[in-house]
Amino acid sequence: MTTNGTILSVNDLKTYFQTEDGVVKAVDGISFELKKGETLGIVGESGSGKSVTNLSVMRLIPEPPGKIVGGEIIFDGIDVRGLSIDGVRKIRGRRMAMIFQDPMTSLNPFLKISTQLMEVTQLHLGHSKQQAREHALNMLKTVGIPEAHERIDNYPHEFSGGMRQRVMIAMALSCDPELLIADEPTTALDVTIQAQILELIKDLRTRMGTSVILITHDLGVVAGMTDKIIVMYAGKVFEQAPTRELFAIPANPYTKGLLKSVPDPAHEQGKELYQIPGLPPDVARLPPGCPFAERCYRAEDICRTEFPPFVRINAEHSSLCHFAAEVYAESKQEAAKK
Amino acid sequence: MSEAAAEKLKGTSLWQDAWRRLLMNKLAVLGIIVLGVMILLVTFGPLVLRWLTGVTPDHIPAEKELLKSFPPSFEHPMGTDEQGRDIFARVLQGGRISLAVGLISTIVSLLVGVSYGAIAGYLGGRIDNVMMRIVDIIYAIPYILIVIVLLSVFGGPNTQVLVAALPAIVIGLLVGVVGVLIAVNLYRRLFGEGVAADVADGAKRFTVGLLLFAAVLVLIGIAAYAVVQTGFGSSVATKYGDAVSLGMSQIFLLFFALGLVSWLTMARVVRGQILSLRNEEFVTAARASGVSTPGIIFRHLVPNALGPVIVYATLTVPSVMLSEAFLSYLGLGVQAPYASWGSLAADGIKNIAIFPWQLIFPGVTMALTLFSLNFVGDGLRDALDPQTRKF
Repeated sequence: MTTNGTILSVNDLKTYFQTEDGVVKAVDGISFELKKGETLGIVGESGSGKSVTNLSVMRLIPEPPGKIVGGEIIFDGIDVRGLSIDGVRKIRGRRMAMIFQDPMTSLNPFLKISTQLMEVTQLHLGHSKQQAREHALNMLKTVGIPEAHERIDNYPHEFSGGMRQRVMIAMALSCDPELLIADEPTTALDVTIQAQILELIKDLRTRMGTSVILITHDLGVVAGMTDKIIVMYAGKVFEQAPTRELFAIPANPYTKGLLKSVPDPAHEQGKELYQIPGLPPDVARLPPGCPFAERCYRAEDICRTEFPPFVRINAEHSSLCHFAAEVYAESKQEAAKK
Repeated sequence: MSEAAAEKLKGTSLWQDAWRRLLMNKLAVLGIIVLGVMILLVTFGPLVLRWLTGVTPDHIPAEKELLKSFPPSFEHPMGTDEQGRDIFARVLQGGRISLAVGLISTIVSLLVGVSYGAIAGYLGGRIDNVMMRIVDIIYAIPYILIVIVLLSVFGGPNTQVLVAALPAIVIGLLVGVVGVLIAVNLYRRLFGEGVAADVADGAKRFTVGLLLFAAVLVLIGIAAYAVVQTGFGSSVATKYGDAVSLGMSQIFLLFFALGLVSWLTMARVVRGQILSLRNEEFVTAARASGVSTPGIIFRHLVPNALGPVIVYATLTVPSVMLSEAFLSYLGLGVQAPYASWGSLAADGIKNIAIFPWQLIFPGVTMALTLFSLNFVGDGLRDALDPQTRKF
């Protein structure tokens, strides 16, 4: 199954949650592919299924109520869905690692930084205490913790948010994983720290050759970092394109809406910032047609009754819309005008 | 955090912080001191007393005129009982048993209660449900009843039976634990994680599970039977059965019975804590870095739940001691020639009008200890859980 140079391929992944309101299709038929060394951005509003997609890849979906009901996840030729729990454990932390949104809560408050960093390498690389400690120290230096040898025995509450996120990154990269999943790594941080953390991830990615999945709802974050982008909405991929093309010529009304909602200091001074009207739909009770129809500026009758097709615009650009081609042409004209 | 602590270059851990707060609480410090003195007195007191004055707790004087209860004097600071035994020596001796009961039951409740509660809380779902219903059932049986049944079945001359049964019980338990682990592993190999796909699959899983369960039970039976057949049990009984005196066997049964019930509340407390902790992001982070389930429970979760556990443990000690006193008072616990604070008080209350010192001294000693323990417990709660602090 190993495709040349592909580290992760997800095919028609479906992760559902059983709730009192019925089945919530948090992720419903997601497919994407990530090549070695590439960075993929996953963008979407809260509740669009970004995090669930990646928790599924790591097999971290709380079960019950959640369950991966269909599709396949192939990580470097390994069928992740078919792995035993021990098999998954050997991959987690060793070959694919994860960084979480809130560095305030993702470190154990009762354990020293050193203990938490050492645990991973002792577990996966069979390090002795001495080796693990040295490695932990090196990792802290790599992620730019000043005076690492003094700070290593501190507790998490003695670190600032940005430093904790650095520690999290150090922990995630300890075993030199092939895939790093960063789940909104900068959402809980100050803007200045955000830039530093992104710069750090970017730098380490090129140095260690790690493939990265960057989940975010901040288009600005993915713009400078990713090779391609997936836009998610209501558990579905709405648009998939190389980063440059997605920003220049979006082929989906939802993506266009998202791009218009980004504040642009150069234009539109004094004007009110655009926002997509309405709210994301309740994923437990999706309408039969396009889930975005109610909020879409160019929705027609067909959008409310029929589920849109996933239109392939070119080899790397696809969009889930009845009018994908039209929207694409529209965007192209607008881009040309600018 | 006070400014002095913030200014310090070396960081303070959560424990150091809590310790500082505990030392600021005067009552708790007083409690620690009284408790420390009491433990020292009780541990070394009887030895020192014997060495200094030759008085032992069960020494009955040979002279007929001394065979009555004397009020406190220089020679007997707490007086004597009607058989002429020194009450001070008996209070010290009794303290050993009372404190030991409290400590041992608390250790049992820590070991069993914490792991039980943590496992139930973290695994959740059906396992949690079954585990906690077992706790509910044991809870529903009055512990007095358990103690009475235990003491009347195994107490007194039947101790030998208990000693003979012990090897079989221990080996049965070992086989059971190992068997369950193997069975669970087998089941997982066969079906993997997750729930059954359809009814037929569910039925198949149910049958296999039932068969595995039966197999484990049979294994336990075979192991226990083998132990009995080889005569290992009875040889242990003849070897050690006589060494365990009647009074001691009562005391051990008391330890066992109180230990049996003392872990229940602890299991609930810990489960509640773990339930709220298991959804914290650091647990997901630990899972994402490949830490095993036991690793997560015991390395990551239990330390985080330790605050309430310590507080509850310090409050378990006095409550168990009180139960012991109560049982001894009823004549179910410690019996002469051994003494505990409870049994001393029980003896003393008969003569309260004529020889009040027989009740007052053991009673006051016990009250003092219980107060100290409660103060320490309260102090710890305030120190470890800053949100409930009043200042």
